[in-house]
Amino acid sequence: MKKILSIILLLLSFNIFASAGTELQEADVNVLDSDSLLRGAKHYVDYCLGCHSAKHIRYKRIAMDLGVEESKILDNIAPFEAGIYDPMLTAMNGHDAAKWFGTQPPDLSLIARSRGADWLYSYLKGFYTDDSRAIGTNNLIFEDVGMPNVLWKLQGIQKAVYKTINGREVIDKLVMETQGTLSPKEFDRFANDLTNFLVYVGEPTQLERQSMGKYVLFFLLMFIVLGYLLKREYWKDIH
Amino acid sequence: MKKQITACGDWILDRMAMDKVWNQHMAQYYAPKNFNFWYFFGSLALLVLVNQIVTGIFLTMNYKPDAKLAFDSVEYIMRDVPWGWLIRYMHSTGASAFFLVVYLHMFRGIMYGSFKKPRELIWIFGMLIFFALMAEAFTGYLLPWGQMSYWGAQVIISLFSAIPVIGDDLSLWIRGDFVIADATLNRFFAFHVIAVPLVILLLVFLHIVALHEVGSNNPDGIEIKENKDENGIPLDGIPFHPYYSVKDIVGVGVFLFFFAAVIFYAPDMGGYFLEHDNFVPADPLKTPEHIAPVWYFTPYYAILRAVPDKFAGVIAMGAAVFVLFLLPWLDRSPVKSIRYRGGIYKKALFLFVISFLALGYLGTQPATDTAILMTRIFTVIYFAFFLLMPIYTRWEKVKPVPKRLTEQPSLEDHIPAMIDTFNEMTVRKPIKTAEGDTVVKLRPNPSGMVTVLIRFLKKLKASLD
Repeated sequence: MKKILSIILLLLSFNIFASAGTELQEADVNVLDSDSLLRGAKHYVDYCLGCHSAKHIRYKRIAMDLGVEESKILDNIAPFEAGIYDPMLTAMNGHDAAKWFGTQPPDLSLIARSRGADWLYSYLKGFYTDDSRAIGTNNLIFEDVGMPNVLWKLQGIQKAVYKTINGREVIDKLVMETQGTLSPKEFDRFANDLTNFLVYVGEPTQLERQSMGKYVLFFLLMFIVLGYLLKREYWKDIH
Repeated sequence: MKKQITACGDWILDRMAMDKVWNQHMAQYYAPKNFNFWYFFGSLALLVLVNQIVTGIFLTMNYKPDAKLAFDSVEYIMRDVPWGWLIRYMHSTGASAFFLVVYLHMFRGIMYGSFKKPRELIWIFGMLIFFALMAEAFTGYLLPWGQMSYWGAQVIISLFSAIPVIGDDLSLWIRGDFVIADATLNRFFAFHVIAVPLVILLLVFLHIVALHEVGSNNPDGIEIKENKDENGIPLDGIPFHPYYSVKDIVGVGVFLFFFAAVIFYAPDMGGYFLEHDNFVPADPLKTPEHIAPVWYFTPYYAILRAVPDKFAGVIAMGAAVFVLFLLPWLDRSPVKSIRYRGGIYKKALFLFVISFLALGYLGTQPATDTAILMTRIFTVIYFAFFLLMPIYTRWEKVKPVPKRLTEQPSLEDHIPAMIDTFNEMTVRKPIKTAEGDTVVKLRPNPSGMVTVLIRFLKKLKASLD
């Protein structure tokens, strides 16, 4: 019996092999941390918005959800001359971008919902130098991505260390070659704030949704109790 | 004033006997008094149907069935329409809930022989509802116009092209274009919001009319109409209203509790209710690495993939659904309920459930060699359950069926035992906190869990005899 069980388990484990690849680093996502979200919003405008729009979110919505005055969002976060009702649009021309990078940089409104927070966090930290590519960098998580490492000044430059498995060269880990302006710990926080912001942008209503849920569940619990008492009362005489 | 209202009411009743309809289907519809947990899912399916229609109407007010606008209009509903996110999550979670409830409802029918004479027609109507529901879910899934919507539809419609001779023209005719495109989206919208829902409503009506003609089956599989009192009322029957209407309210409450928990805390259910790739707008030039349908289609998708030849795979997938229609004639046992059936049927049903769940899981996984091998094994079990049924049910040793309904412990009678089991599986342990205080906390008890598991397995084995 034990033998059969172990064979079945072994057969079922193809699932693990199928997803074998680079392990993702865990992001510390907390959409209730509005300071982190504000820092992330600022980072997004400074480092991402040049190419990537987030067209499904408006500056007004960010101000509302994070409880910040609209003027503060406009002064500190939004790009010059953006209005409070504007969605987060990029100034880059899509046709030009396609010529420069081979593909138009995608809108990132929903990237956290399609890729997941851990993927984004690992991706932001996964750039390394690769001389075989025209842009000079590659990514551990997203091989041959068209995007260069725009955060290199902050993070520094990472180099890949290879090892040989079954005669094939694979990347073992990334090591820092030259340190950037941020320490590794500071950069982790930077990447985490940015990830956190993208998770929020993916579904701004999640703040509302989760805080509302407990009242709905409490109401339903009361409804069940009352419904059950009513049922018991009616069913008393059924034997 | 009161007199006028009564007169007004009488005026209507003289012309349309609503009171008779009410009595026939609710207040004087006699249902067996021993319905258990499994009998909640019929009324819950109706509840989910109403939920889908109401939320669907609100969604159409802001959704745009246009390939250029569809994806963004869904995000507009999610972000800018007041309460749009709630309506949309109720609809998307409702779709999964519909299938969950319907699968459990069908399993109830298979367990207690509700498809057997004289209820074959109810089963047929129910299966047609299931079929229409699949069409409804399939057409609806294209509407958000995400990558998985697009490529899922592309894969399924291309299946029609496997049909010899007419295949290519047929799939072209269904799509209205050479690939899934705006034309497809528009017609799927029409099917999803009006054509198929009308069919489903009509079939649900017929399902209930047919049921109320012959009366409900029950966990004992005994016809309560065979024992009537002097007034012609079944001795073991109770009026549906108020007894089952109040009981179903409790079921509705419990269902809504779980439904709301998903909506508010895990609306995409880890990628099973809303797939991750569907948050990427449809792109005809970029095929996703791994195309998988939503969970409720995966058992059939797995069967499709299990067959090496495309056309044969389509036939197998169709047959997997169609064979359910034949169930009333495949089952030759003189007994309805699983309670009085022989061990072989119980074991067969157990294997069938396992294979259905396993196929569902395998359908979500990439088609590796081992996965395909496992899928083939479970596909054979799936079909064997039905095709061998005429043989193994004809000679099964059935237990004597009582004349009247039996008394069984109800769900609430089980609660003390459940609490005991919980206590057996946990221990209270004093734990030191960081501040140096000692608090008694509930912790899992491994040895208790093992005894409970062994007891459960023994019980399971005994119940299969």
